[in-house]
Amino acid sequence: MSRPGTILPLEARDLCFEADGTRLIKNISFTLQAGPKTAILGANGAGKSLLLRLCHGLIQPTSGEVAWHGAGLGDPALRQAMVFQRPVMLRRSAAENVAYALKLRGIDREERRARVEEALKRTRLNRHANRPARVLSFGEQQRLALARAWALRPDILFLDEPTASLDPSVTRTIEELILALHEAGTKIVMTTHDLGQVRRIADEVLFLHRGRLLEHSSVEDLFEHAKSDAARAFVAGDLFW
Amino acid sequence: MIDFFDAFGAAFALIVGMDRDLAEIVWLSLRVSLTAVAFAALIGFPLGAAIAISRFPGRQAIVVALNSLMGLPPVVVGLIVFLLLSRAGPFGVLGLLFTPTAMVIAQTILITPIIAALARQTVEDLLTEYDEQLRSLGAGPLTTLQTLLWDGRFRMLTTLLAGFGRATAEVGAVMIVGGNIDHVTRVMTTAIALELSKGDLALALGLGIILITLSLCVNGTAFVVNDLASRRYG
Repeated sequence: MSRPGTILPLEARDLCFEADGTRLIKNISFTLQAGPKTAILGANGAGKSLLLRLCHGLIQPTSGEVAWHGAGLGDPALRQAMVFQRPVMLRRSAAENVAYALKLRGIDREERRARVEEALKRTRLNRHANRPARVLSFGEQQRLALARAWALRPDILFLDEPTASLDPSVTRTIEELILALHEAGTKIVMTTHDLGQVRRIADEVLFLHRGRLLEHSSVEDLFEHAKSDAARAFVAGDLFW
Repeated sequence: MIDFFDAFGAAFALIVGMDRDLAEIVWLSLRVSLTAVAFAALIGFPLGAAIAISRFPGRQAIVVALNSLMGLPPVVVGLIVFLLLSRAGPFGVLGLLFTPTAMVIAQTILITPIIAALARQTVEDLLTEYDEQLRSLGAGPLTTLQTLLWDGRFRMLTTLLAGFGRATAEVGAVMIVGGNIDHVTRVMTTAIALELSKGDLALALGLGIILITLSLCVNGTAFVVNDLASRRYG
C-alpha cells in the first residue's frame, strides 16, 4: 500500500518540551525503524501524547530534534498521518472527509475517488459514504479516521489512544484495522495505557514515566525483564508514583 | 386610540393593495441593504477568519476593537461618510452624496464589523476543534481559512442575517448620507420617520409592519437553518 521508499528511520535526539516553565518531556532519545509496531506506554500524564505530537511535528520541542533518515523523499510531513483519541470530523459526508485529506496531499480527482472507495470498503463504512460524518457513532467516526489515514497511504501512522473510549467489540475492529494498515506497509506508533492492547498489537514498547523514557524494548522484554521499578510496577498492575 | 386602529386599517390596505410608493420604498430598502450585506460579507468573512487563525502582537486589541465596532452608532457612520462624500471631502468629486450608493457605503461600514466579529468567533471555535487535524493533514493557512469558513457556513448564514437585520433597521446613517429624497433615496426607516412627522400614520405603520415582518422572517430563517444544519451535520 505504501509508496516505494520510506522516511523512516525516525530519530528523536535529546527531545525536551517545556510548558509554562514545567518540563514535561525530559531528554528523550530513541530511533524507530520501519516495520515493528511500536507502543508508547505509560500512566496518565507520563507524556505519551506529547511525545507523539513532537514526533508528528504538531508541536515543536523546546530543545532536541526529530530527524527522518529516509533520504530524497520530499517533505516527511506529507508521508505521515495521525489518528486522534477523539476523532475530528469535518462537517461533510464520510466520503468527503476522506477525499478532503487526499486533496490536501495533491491527489488528482480520479485517484481520489478510487482511494476513497477502497478506504471506506476496507473500514466497512461504504454504506455510510454519503452520511454526514458527525452523525456517525463514535466508533464509526474512529473507523472513518482510520479510513482517512488508510487512503493517505502514509509511511508512518501515529495513533493517540485510538480505542480509549470504545467498547470491546469496537476496540477489536479498530485493532484489526491497525493490524491491516501494518500489513499494508505502514509503520504503527501508538500510545496506550492498556497492557492487553500492548500484548495484542505491539512488537516493541517505549515506556514513559513522568516525561522520561525508561524503557525501549521488545514487548516480551518489558513484561519479563523490565529494568526500571516504574515499568515493573506498571506491568504488574501496581500503583507506582 | 381610534386614530391608531384607523391607521392600522389603512396600513393593511396599503400592504394588501401593493401601493406603488410603498413597494418602491421597500424595494429600495432591500436593494441597498442586500448590496451592503454582500460587500460586508466579502470584506468581513475573510477578515474575521484571518484574525481567527493568525497570531500576532496586538491581536487581542484588534479583537476587542472589532467587537466594540459592532455597536457603531449609525449616525456617526453617517456623519463620517457624509464628510468623506461631501463636495469639500476627499471623495466629493465622485458625486455620490444623496445617492443609494452612498447609503450602501454607509451600511457596509456599519455592518462589516458585525460580520467580521461574528465570523471570527465562529472560525475560532471551529479552529479549536480542527487545528491539530488540519495541521496533521498538511493544511496551510489559506486552506485552513477556506475549510473553516466552509464548515462554519450555516453559522455564517446567521451572521449574514444579523448584518442584514442591522442594515434594514438603522435610520441614522441612511438619513444623513441619503437625504431621504422621494423616489431616490427614501427607504423604510427614513420614510417612517418622515411620515410620522407629517402625521401620515397609515404609511408609517404599513412600513413598520413590513419591517417587523422582515425581522421575524430573518430570525425565523436563521433559527430554522441552524436547527436543520445541527441535526444534519452535527
